[in-house]
Amino acid sequence: MSGARGSALAILRGQIERIETAEVVHQRDRVALGHGEADGALKGGLARAAIHEVFCEGRQGAAATGFVTGLAGRVTARKPLLWVRQDFSEIETGALSMSGLAELGLDPRRVVMVRAADVESALRTSADALACDALGAVVLELWGETRQFDLVASRKLTLAAQSSGVTGLLLRMAAQPLPSTAETRWMLRAAHSPPGPVWSVWGAPRFDAELLRNRHGLCGRWIMEWNCDECQFSEPSTYPQPVAAAPAHRPDPAVSWQRRAG
Amino acid sequence: MIHALDEAAERLGLYIGQPLANARAMCPDLRVFDADTVADVKTLSDVADWCDRFTPLVALDAPHGLFLDITGCAHLFGGEAALLRTLVRALARQGFSVSAAIAGTSVCARTLTRQATGTIVADGGEAEAISRFPVSALGAGEAITTGLRRAGLKTIGDVALRSSHEITARFGARFSTLLAHALGQGDAPINPRKPLPDYIVEKRFAEPIATDTMIAMTLSRLAETLIASMEKQGKGARRLEAAFFRTDGVVRTIMVETGRPVTRSAVIDRLFRERLDALADPLDPGFGFDMVRLSASRTEIVVQEQRDLDAHVHDNDELAALLDRIAARIGGKRVVVHLPQDTHIPECAMLAAPAQHHLAAAMQAEWPARAESEPPLRPLRLFDRPEPIKVPFATVPDGPPHQFTWRRALHAVVRVEGPERIAMEWWRQDGKQLTRDYFRIEDAEGLRFWIFRDGLYEGEVFDDEGKPVSPNWYVHGLFA
Repeated sequence: MSGARGSALAILRGQIERIETAEVVHQRDRVALGHGEADGALKGGLARAAIHEVFCEGRQGAAATGFVTGLAGRVTARKPLLWVRQDFSEIETGALSMSGLAELGLDPRRVVMVRAADVESALRTSADALACDALGAVVLELWGETRQFDLVASRKLTLAAQSSGVTGLLLRMAAQPLPSTAETRWMLRAAHSPPGPVWSVWGAPRFDAELLRNRHGLCGRWIMEWNCDECQFSEPSTYPQPVAAAPAHRPDPAVSWQRRAG
Repeated sequence: MIHALDEAAERLGLYIGQPLANARAMCPDLRVFDADTVADVKTLSDVADWCDRFTPLVALDAPHGLFLDITGCAHLFGGEAALLRTLVRALARQGFSVSAAIAGTSVCARTLTRQATGTIVADGGEAEAISRFPVSALGAGEAITTGLRRAGLKTIGDVALRSSHEITARFGARFSTLLAHALGQGDAPINPRKPLPDYIVEKRFAEPIATDTMIAMTLSRLAETLIASMEKQGKGARRLEAAFFRTDGVVRTIMVETGRPVTRSAVIDRLFRERLDALADPLDPGFGFDMVRLSASRTEIVVQEQRDLDAHVHDNDELAALLDRIAARIGGKRVVVHLPQDTHIPECAMLAAPAQHHLAAAMQAEWPARAESEPPLRPLRLFDRPEPIKVPFATVPDGPPHQFTWRRALHAVVRVEGPERIAMEWWRQDGKQLTRDYFRIEDAEGLRFWIFRDGLYEGEVFDDEGKPVSPNWYVHGLFA
């Protein structure tokens, strides 16, 4: 009895495998993010030709935008990036600034922006764009919970991405994570700049990134820092020591902080 | 005052310009409607749209006339007489009373419509055809008509007999030119409503079509013909117009624009499918369309490139085609690229331009380079309009705040960098603009803001009595 059930399960698994073989084509194509542990969990990096979702609370919108921008910068590889956004999200969190993008080390020349009036046209546009292999990545930015973005819509995007090899990045601000066909799902919060001397250079983008779902690996939560000069993520760094030598007779405050944190 | 009247009223002896009270006295049960000149103009332009089926050169002759330049078109409708008959009958069926005439010059034809509708004058016969008509038929204006009549010149023939310098001396050069044109001596060009498209193809149906599949099929056939004729001359279309002529006279025109010249009919096909799909008020066939016309109103010479070897060119083409499709669906202004602007005012630093037209420029644009090993100095998200924040107090008068309220939430400031002072461009703007001091701020949660004080402390902002007041604070952007 149990043997029969086992073989039935095996057959079903085999069928599902065959249905999903389309994935195998681009399966190997992964881009390392630069953060060791995250890359480990992702089995070498972020998968191309798939959909990745980034969620955040409403006020964390800018941090999530930064994270998505970083992911897009990693996967596009000098190809154009199509950024589809809903009119409403621009009112809530401000417009994507090209000078800000350039400050993150990304190339504003490769960004084409689509200003969709509503969710339907945004979804339709992104599905169209994901089928076009001249693009490096498509970012779809939605604000709030949306009824229209259901499993069917998500499946459509995934299929389009698989067939063309374009990566889809979904930026969902002020929304709750729901089941979908995405390859990975992240929850984003801004992370503090490490405490340091007043004159130190602070303010490099730091993200508290929680990997909620990973179809082919483990989940986790890491502090990731975006390195604007090298255009990749990295482990959180401490800032360089002050130039003056630390007094020998008492412990360096920065070092003691490091120990506490570690 | 009577603005217009119908035939029955004319028979009663009423005339245009007569006071309404007089008209009522003559005919007490007169039915009166308010004149609506705007609707009249609209109707005339609708009729002109409908007349597009005969020739692309249709000009308005306000208030009630239309000129059609049918040079080279008449044979398509079985000759001039047949064309005139078709036109008058079709318009009469739609409920208009029409008088029409064909002549070598537009002024002559207009004169004929006023006196002898349905006349066709052969070239050179203009003077003879109109010589017996009264001078009022020329439509030269009340003063001139009265003047001519007083001079004893009753018919156009009488006027034509006088030498032209006499007429010019008495009635002005304008009238003498008008007369010359009416007599077929020289012609004034008409002023068509629409520029002549470079290429036109059309299909007429004996039996009107109404189904979507038939419309789509017709469009793709027309697209093939259009492309074939453009290809011979090495042209590609940048702007395409499809006009649907409904049997009841309504004409609907749909336009698509492309970023680069289109040379394949499949592309045209797809663009129109997207456009028709996304129409807010869908194409209403009513009782069917009896004619569909596709015209390329803007074309460009296409440089043939060898595509297969150069992947980069191929990619750019693909991208342009994608942008055309999206633009056809949601509108060209909603697909944008950004161009850097030569200014240091943050909200003016980039200009959004339609991607279809500026894609190449945007790909070549020079953006200011970032400073190495510095954190981002400009926010990733920028508010179009800076949002006011409440700042309770600042310990140092012109220093940064310790906490602020934005969108009803209190943010405690943990780290600050600044100020970065940005002065406004006094040489450009009118009125006084305040200097801004920008601060990069991190709050207790790790959120990073770009805030500024609008105006120098106790230096730029004053109340009515001239005392300095503390300036306002704003959030202008958010850092990642």
